[in-house]
Amino acid sequence: MSLIHESAETLGALIASGDVSSREVTQAHVDHIAAVEPDIHSYLYVDAERALAQAKAVDSRLAAGEKLGPLAGVPIAVKDVFTYVGAPTTCGSRILEGWMPPYNATVVDRILGAGMVILGKTNMDEFAMGSSTENSAFGPTHNPWDLARIPGGSGGGSAAALAGFEAPLSLGSDTGGSIRQPAAVTGTVGVKPTYGGTSRYGLVAMASSLDQPGPCARTVTDAALLHAVIAGYDPHDSTSIPAPAPDVVGAARVRDVAGMRIGVVKELGGEGYDPGVKQRFQETVEALALAGAEIVEVSCPHFDLALGAYYLIMPSEASSNLARFDAMRYGLRVGDDGNNSAEQVMRLTRRAGFGQEVKRRIILGTYALSSGYYDEYYGSAQKARTLIIADFTAAFEKVDVLVSPTTPTTAFKLGERINDPLAMYKADLCTIPSNMAGNASGSFPVGLAPEDGLPVGFQVMAPPMRDDLVYRVGGAVESTLEDVWGHTMLAQLAKETR
Amino acid sequence: MPLSASDVAHLADLARIEMTDEELTLLSGQLDVILSAVASVSAAAGDDVAPTSHALALTNVFRQDVVAPSLPAESVLAAAPAVEEGRFRVPQILGEEI
Repeated sequence: MSLIHESAETLGALIASGDVSSREVTQAHVDHIAAVEPDIHSYLYVDAERALAQAKAVDSRLAAGEKLGPLAGVPIAVKDVFTYVGAPTTCGSRILEGWMPPYNATVVDRILGAGMVILGKTNMDEFAMGSSTENSAFGPTHNPWDLARIPGGSGGGSAAALAGFEAPLSLGSDTGGSIRQPAAVTGTVGVKPTYGGTSRYGLVAMASSLDQPGPCARTVTDAALLHAVIAGYDPHDSTSIPAPAPDVVGAARVRDVAGMRIGVVKELGGEGYDPGVKQRFQETVEALALAGAEIVEVSCPHFDLALGAYYLIMPSEASSNLARFDAMRYGLRVGDDGNNSAEQVMRLTRRAGFGQEVKRRIILGTYALSSGYYDEYYGSAQKARTLIIADFTAAFEKVDVLVSPTTPTTAFKLGERINDPLAMYKADLCTIPSNMAGNASGSFPVGLAPEDGLPVGFQVMAPPMRDDLVYRVGGAVESTLEDVWGHTMLAQLAKETR
Repeated sequence: MPLSASDVAHLADLARIEMTDEELTLLSGQLDVILSAVASVSAAAGDDVAPTSHALALTNVFRQDVVAPSLPAESVLAAAPAVEEGRFRVPQILGEEI
């Protein structure tokens, strides 16, 4: 295997032992990015020169005998929703095209502090609104498994960069499934940490009560290593949990579920799910039972309300958060001709700078929050949120984790749902409940659907601040797949993608 | 009650987004579809259920009132669409003749 096909864990060990330099590893990725980007388009900005300089600096520190962490010198791609000084942050939007942020996101500071090398910024649906990355103002990302298909969204760039070997790790953000759904459809691993477990400082806000940064990777241990780097209390985020992060790396390495109680969510499956998705999900549940877990069917009746409640709460919060794009302090300004008023300039700028989906959600949120409709829409959605949380609380009294498919279908074709907002929204049917309740949740590959040969994701949901349980079950799922295949998902990716 | 194009025009006005008639018509149709799909939420939420605005039980957090370094003005103004004398320059806000 060449350097780009190794896990982040292996690369970190090779760099630490001096067997290869971070510069060699970084150069290999920079070269591969140049080769495949015309087809995949994972990146909005490649920061090759600075990445190579960062790699060289890590090599010098290691040569001088400095002891660094397990991911020192390992390259990473960062979703373009996080601020990183010296590179543009666009959020996939014309309204922020070319914007250079004046400060780093906390998670960016932490990966730099761990000696990691930032390769660039990855493509995303505009302001993280979408499930296919087709809403990026700068063109879609293509799924490395099949270039005619979507890589998921909103973090399609971060997932495709992993599946296409353009980075061994990436950072994502998850508001309704934007880490987990792209992981599922690209055969990679993605975890949404407990809300408050990772800092939102420097994450451009869509829906503040739901947004959460998290790790994207190709192996469970890689995801855990990155999780450990970015997690933990941050005084810059008022919703950051002032407690130590759970031991996710230790949990990822257990790879055993004997004695665990695993609940299959009755409401997340059945009609509307691809046969191949159901088949791989069922096989994995059976394998976990064989490995010694107790499998229980659990009913969460209010999960049926989650999608509807989400499409009231998220646009409401987004319409308020995106009011900051007013053409006055940063970003695009259109129509400032000396005659137009500030308000006219705002209207013209927001018309030119926002895409269709962003406008749709701002208008929907403005409606849901408007006087006379507030109780019916936003107020009801908040009550539904209470009911969904109560379902989780009751379930976690009976079981350690809940499981479901991550998405109802495998990767759909580019263009297939772009003119049907409701069909697009349904891609997040299974992932949304964990955003509403704030609990930890991850997606892990469980093989390929027989009908189309595309990856299927398995979702593990754990109680708040029990992110370790997500990784423990994820590790067992990974080891199950390796037993069936006789090789790793990483090897499968190398065989099947660009 | 279905949303009309003029209802959407009012919302676009509140949201400060200029829209064409075609956009207003398209959006009113799409919003109707979305709103009818989420109608079950209003039906399910009874008076006995308390609303949740946030998954975590949180109280507001204040930092200590001590002086700390802030971003230098130049680095903030560097990203502004227009700057004059070390300040953001904005279009007229009071409608006066220039």
